[in-house]
Amino acid sequence: MKILTGNDLPTGDVIWWAGDGWSRRVADAVDVGEQGDDLARREEAARHVVGAYVIDATLTDEGPRPAHIKDRIRALGPTVRPDLTLKPADPDVGQWVI
Amino acid sequence: MYRYDQYDQSIVEARVEEFRDQTKRRLAGALTEDQFKPIRLMNGLYLQLHAYMLRVAVPYGTLSARQMRMLAHIARKYDRDYGHFTTRQNIQYNWIKLEDAPDILAELATVEMHAIQTSGNCIRNISSDQYAGVAAEEVADPRPWAELLRQWSSFHPEFTYLPRKFKICVIATQEDRAAMRLHDIGIELVKRDDVVGARIFAGGGMGRTPMVAPEIKDFVAEDDLISYVEACLRVYNRYGRRDNKYKARVKILIHALGADEYRRQVEEEFAAIKQLALDPPKAELDRIRSYFADPAYETGLSEEIDRSDPAFALWVDQNVKSHKQAGYAIVNISLKPTGGIPGDASSAQIDLIADLAERYSLDELRVTHAQNIVLPYVKKADLHTVWQALDNVGLAEANLDLISDIIACPGLDYCSLANARSIPVAQKIAERFADPARQRDLGELKLKISGCINACGHHHAGHIGILGVDRRGKENFQLLLGGSGAEDASLGSITGPGFDEDGVVDAIEKVTDIYVRERIEGERFLDTYRRLGMKPFKDALYG
Amino acid sequence: MVDFLSFRDDEPAQEPTVTLEAIAGQTNATAVRVEPGEDARELLPMLDRLSLVEVNFPAFGDGRGYSAARILREAGYTGELRAVGDVLVDQLVAMRRCGFDSFQPDHPFDQAVVDATLARYDDVYQKTIDGRTPVWAKRHPETANG
Repeated sequence: MKILTGNDLPTGDVIWWAGDGWSRRVADAVDVGEQGDDLARREEAARHVVGAYVIDATLTDEGPRPAHIKDRIRALGPTVRPDLTLKPADPDVGQWVI
Repeated sequence: MYRYDQYDQSIVEARVEEFRDQTKRRLAGALTEDQFKPIRLMNGLYLQLHAYMLRVAVPYGTLSARQMRMLAHIARKYDRDYGHFTTRQNIQYNWIKLEDAPDILAELATVEMHAIQTSGNCIRNISSDQYAGVAAEEVADPRPWAELLRQWSSFHPEFTYLPRKFKICVIATQEDRAAMRLHDIGIELVKRDDVVGARIFAGGGMGRTPMVAPEIKDFVAEDDLISYVEACLRVYNRYGRRDNKYKARVKILIHALGADEYRRQVEEEFAAIKQLALDPPKAELDRIRSYFADPAYETGLSEEIDRSDPAFALWVDQNVKSHKQAGYAIVNISLKPTGGIPGDASSAQIDLIADLAERYSLDELRVTHAQNIVLPYVKKADLHTVWQALDNVGLAEANLDLISDIIACPGLDYCSLANARSIPVAQKIAERFADPARQRDLGELKLKISGCINACGHHHAGHIGILGVDRRGKENFQLLLGGSGAEDASLGSITGPGFDEDGVVDAIEKVTDIYVRERIEGERFLDTYRRLGMKPFKDALYG
Repeated sequence: MVDFLSFRDDEPAQEPTVTLEAIAGQTNATAVRVEPGEDARELLPMLDRLSLVEVNFPAFGDGRGYSAARILREAGYTGELRAVGDVLVDQLVAMRRCGFDSFQPDHPFDQAVVDATLARYDDVYQKTIDGRTPVWAKRHPETANG
């Protein structure tokens, strides 16, 4: 599947296109098919997102998993600071990105 | 240290208001991201992997206790309670909101700080020797020259849209603690007939085409400095490549022209510029110098250090350096605790270091390019007290210049340019070599890790360097040997095929084992490598 | 919105510009356009007859035109020096300092932003040919260097 990501303009938070708006959880990301680039342009022009780009992902039981490690780290947070990730309580949180 | 006058203050405050207005225009849609990007970069604001990142300038690495406390305050109020000290002697915050950035800059301005030109294709923060003013063998304090250059380069109207970034370093000892020759312009203050002037090197740098800067001019007099550097920049601005960002640094231009031809063009430009009387009068450098005059040192202080506590004695031997003034010492605070993140410090740690600077180091501290902190004016009699305070918060690691004193860029954990994570590798190496006796036995060993070819972690200049690359979507690490960023500057060579994360830790153990086996009396790892060459190390790795 | 901005007392030059390559041969031409990568110093022998030099900025990030402007002013050129192309309002101050005295941006400026931008900095660190007093000269009024 293809999913769309970028950063929220005023806060810089990593966000994912969830079909009717943006979410901070990659699990909410939806397949954008071939619409990603058009969506990115539209949403950037509306200043809902900055630096938007389309990535490959696979659908797993936990939701979309970005194909590249860089986007998995974006989705989660820094592996060296589990306390700052989106799953601070999970001791094996770093395993998800590898 | 330098203090702003009304002019410095008004310029920095005007900049804050300018950026506040620009941010407002960006959020309102009057500026596109393409237009806003160079503006925010020139205010130190990046869009990074997880959020905006703000890089705050620490000019030539010097800070007061009050400024350091402000850095802690910003970490607490606007970020996630920590900051990252960088190889450019700056500090970065990883979780900044664009909408907060103008307020942060306004708070910084209240303590004479800013983020001006900490990114962008302009002249960056001027770096210097962390022992400036306190090193015994110094020709002169390099910081007044660096401050003169800071002011000259701030909002330089001609050099704000250079082909690429431009880094300047000033040192004043033969021993180079600031990687001077790996800068676009490296300046070494030298004395000729008892007059101090600048020996200029140009065209050094790391990145994907690392080069050690050749000498361009053996002596530039104090009152020619600005005109000369202006000429160096003008030749670069006019003729540096703009068709390929990877070939746009001045080192590529100088390499293509040859140092002699670059020098000829600079001299020609200098002859024209010198007519314009652009150089500040000598009185201006004297004015700046007066801020860096020696403090009122106490005399008759004890030279004795009570070494009865063995852990303290080890720390003194490793992290405390001799001071030009009797009774004083230079303290290095390692930001490399075993298993920690190189260069990171919590707001509580930053505050504690500020307190120590205020009470025991004449209110001053320094940031080093090796991502450590220096207290430059500690009385020997206070060393034990300082050590205890540091030890209480995990900042008394006695590993300066040892294998665990690792320079590491933020890597793929934080950086959108990175191909691999640097920090986990640094942590695994530090843990593998955690035995302090083993580290001391290995001696001075500068290990530097970059998570991509841009080389923010100075891997080319490491006695041992590690470069993270992306190999078909997997992190892979190349090993380099034989680099140095010191006065014996050299560039490391790649050993051969790369390793995975655990493999590169094993590989480092193999090359240090070869060193231990082959070294002769007094040799550092780097010396043994230079004597033997790559072969025995390569055989051990791949044989 | 402002699509042309001049800081000169005289009327903007109207004549069409010729290329740097052509002007040496066209001895009656008084207006020239300099592209990035062209050597503005080629104009030095003919500065007296020029009334307009247009410096083109095809992309705002290409800063070669700043050097071209200063070189012309430093050599004594007093005619109109116009920045054209992808010129942004946030670049106005630096361009003014390099000697540009008219602007023809691809995308018009907002007059209020222009006014605020030009009024913002009371002090400058460098001496250039724009006549503003650098702070080092304010600090040392006794020196003749200001």
